[in-house]
Amino acid sequence: MHRREALRNVAFLSPWLIGVSVFFLYPLISTVYFSFMKYDGFTAPTWTGLKNWSYVFTDYPFFWPALRNTLWLVIVMVSLRVLFGLGIGMLITKVKTGAGFFRTAFYLPYLAPPVAATMAFAFLLNPGTGPVNNILGAIGLPQPGWFNDPTWSKPALTLLALWGIGDLMVIFMASLLDVPQEQYEAASLDGAGAWQRFWFVTLPNISPIVLFAVVTGVIQTMQYYTQPLVAGKVASGVIGGSGQQFEPGYPEKSTLTLPQLVYNLGFQRFDTGGASVVALVLFALAMVFTAILMRRRSGFLSD
Amino acid sequence: MQRLNRAVIGTAAVALLATACTGTSEAPKANDDVTKDVTITFWHGWSAPSEAAAITANIKAFEAKHPNIKVKVVGNINDDKIKQALRAGGPNSPDVVSSFTTDNVGTFCTSNVFADLKPFLDKSGIDMDKTFPKALQDYTQYQGKRCALPLLNDAYGLYYNKDAFKAAGITAPPKTMSEFDKIAKQLTKEKGDTYSQLGFMPNFHGYESTTSHFAAQWNPTYLTPEGKSNLAADPAFASMLKWQKNLVDSLGGYAKLEKYRATFGDEWGAKNPFHTGQTVMSIDGEWRLGMAKEAGVKFDIGVAPFPVPDDQADSYGKGYLAGTIIGIASPSTKQNAAWELVKYMTTDTEAVVNFSNGIHNVPSTLDALKSPNLKVDEGFKTFLEIAQHPKSNTTPASPNGGAYQLTFQDFAFQHEAGKVPDLAAGLKKTDEQIDKDLAQVK
Repeated sequence: MHRREALRNVAFLSPWLIGVSVFFLYPLISTVYFSFMKYDGFTAPTWTGLKNWSYVFTDYPFFWPALRNTLWLVIVMVSLRVLFGLGIGMLITKVKTGAGFFRTAFYLPYLAPPVAATMAFAFLLNPGTGPVNNILGAIGLPQPGWFNDPTWSKPALTLLALWGIGDLMVIFMASLLDVPQEQYEAASLDGAGAWQRFWFVTLPNISPIVLFAVVTGVIQTMQYYTQPLVAGKVASGVIGGSGQQFEPGYPEKSTLTLPQLVYNLGFQRFDTGGASVVALVLFALAMVFTAILMRRRSGFLSD
Repeated sequence: MQRLNRAVIGTAAVALLATACTGTSEAPKANDDVTKDVTITFWHGWSAPSEAAAITANIKAFEAKHPNIKVKVVGNINDDKIKQALRAGGPNSPDVVSSFTTDNVGTFCTSNVFADLKPFLDKSGIDMDKTFPKALQDYTQYQGKRCALPLLNDAYGLYYNKDAFKAAGITAPPKTMSEFDKIAKQLTKEKGDTYSQLGFMPNFHGYESTTSHFAAQWNPTYLTPEGKSNLAADPAFASMLKWQKNLVDSLGGYAKLEKYRATFGDEWGAKNPFHTGQTVMSIDGEWRLGMAKEAGVKFDIGVAPFPVPDDQADSYGKGYLAGTIIGIASPSTKQNAAWELVKYMTTDTEAVVNFSNGIHNVPSTLDALKSPNLKVDEGFKTFLEIAQHPKSNTTPASPNGGAYQLTFQDFAFQHEAGKVPDLAAGLKKTDEQIDKDLAQVK
């Protein structure tokens, strides 16, 4: 009887079990396995011990620049996106007239396909012909090189991410509208100012949503691939149309991110082993960040 | 005991799971009968309607000659799809594969996913040296193993604006680098902190102004016979970098040129800076002629081989060559039939000429290059000559997708920006990096 019950439970769980095993556990185990193998994608893999690991950490010239870039983006881009999303969310919930228009206007950019949006930004921010630098020049401000300048390429990507703030704005808006009105009234009666109302009423109420935004933002940024790749290709002008390999991370490796290395090693250099090492580093980092952020929180629920 | 058993079973299961999708290196022997009815699959990367039509015509002509072999053609295939299919194998995977990415030949050869063509060539009595130009033989083999053949070719040369030349009183295209530098400077008109016209864009992001295209004029040796990087040992590379940096400086400096470069239109669009007159000269492949015509360029276009270093003036006429490659998938069980198609497409003079006329690339056999049936205009003839020049050369295949070229290019970016204090030491360090990358895939 006991056995049949267990079997039935497993049967009910089977869609999830199959999904997790096929699309998560199996690839993960394979990745660990390949990270110790020399494997070009065609010939049978052979054991190489820690060679792939030592190559990626000590000899692969793209690894450390890409790791630095990814961490830079995780820290700067995610923080700014959360602050900006919260700010826009608060503004929009306060707007009296035309709320529908503003909501749509701020949400729409998020729907633009990443490749098209990135190309549009690369054209707008083109240091030679782009309108942004023309305007900056006309009002006497400095004209940075944006995607063509290694110090400005990541800030330019951050601008692009802030422009597509729609996803965060919507969830912040929903959570802000959910904060009980009575609490604001009670705080006002106690003589709380605008800042105190935000700090003691709004923030505690929406903190699970902020945490959710940070965690998903960190994971998304770890996987950041399309935008830096397209920006680098478009800005460098060399798209590799005549069969030549394109240069990863233009300008000067400043837009390299870890997922691009997985592609570079695994698919351009036929080094599945090295690519697996980078993928595992990425996995470990995402786990660490998430664990730190979730440590003193009961998940995404309110305390 | 039971726990131990479970552990053993678990480990075995994990090992089995992990190795499940790794493909095999066992290749079937070529023992199919070419006289029997058979259908083979051919994958290629061309996608434009005119190109697809040229392929169709080519295949029709083949089928007419070999009525028992039917060819299923699949177009618009990129290298990622090719790799996936070759890994998976099976009856639905391609028998004949062509690819634009010459740099992948090294891996295709060493991993045996492309069948060794030597037995087939011997069987058909094809003499490589009498059939294909030398550079084309080079980029289709890796360390003596021939696993691909050239299918048409791209040659690089100098394009110049004849009207601008006339206006400046220049009567002939430059033949040596010092003549070239002088003309480039003479044709450059500065306007404030930018240019109204630039003689030539030497910066390494200037579209086809790449390290490998320039270096070909010095006949470089990228890799030693042992497969080690050779940048510091071969003076060709230092000479090329010094020449380029000198030209960059004499035309106004790296930063100013980069700023001007940012105003250029897309390389493959109508606003290519050569079309618009922003640059007077450019290095480019044979396809530029057709593209310029399509873009409605108003001025007269001149074509010549790219100039050579002054001390190699006797080898004027050479240039960089690369092209599409074609091979037989080693998982294929119809390799003899597949060879018939490969042999026809790569060595039959009529087929190569017709295909070249259709695609507007340079033909890839010595006979086809001399064929009177080639429909080409004056400018294109220059590229036919570059392709036949004995000193024309290419970048050799490597086992990591040509990573050595990108590493050298990275160094060249540093050098042109003036960030390399010691060129010799820098080249040596680049050698070391390339060797480390090669050792990783050895």
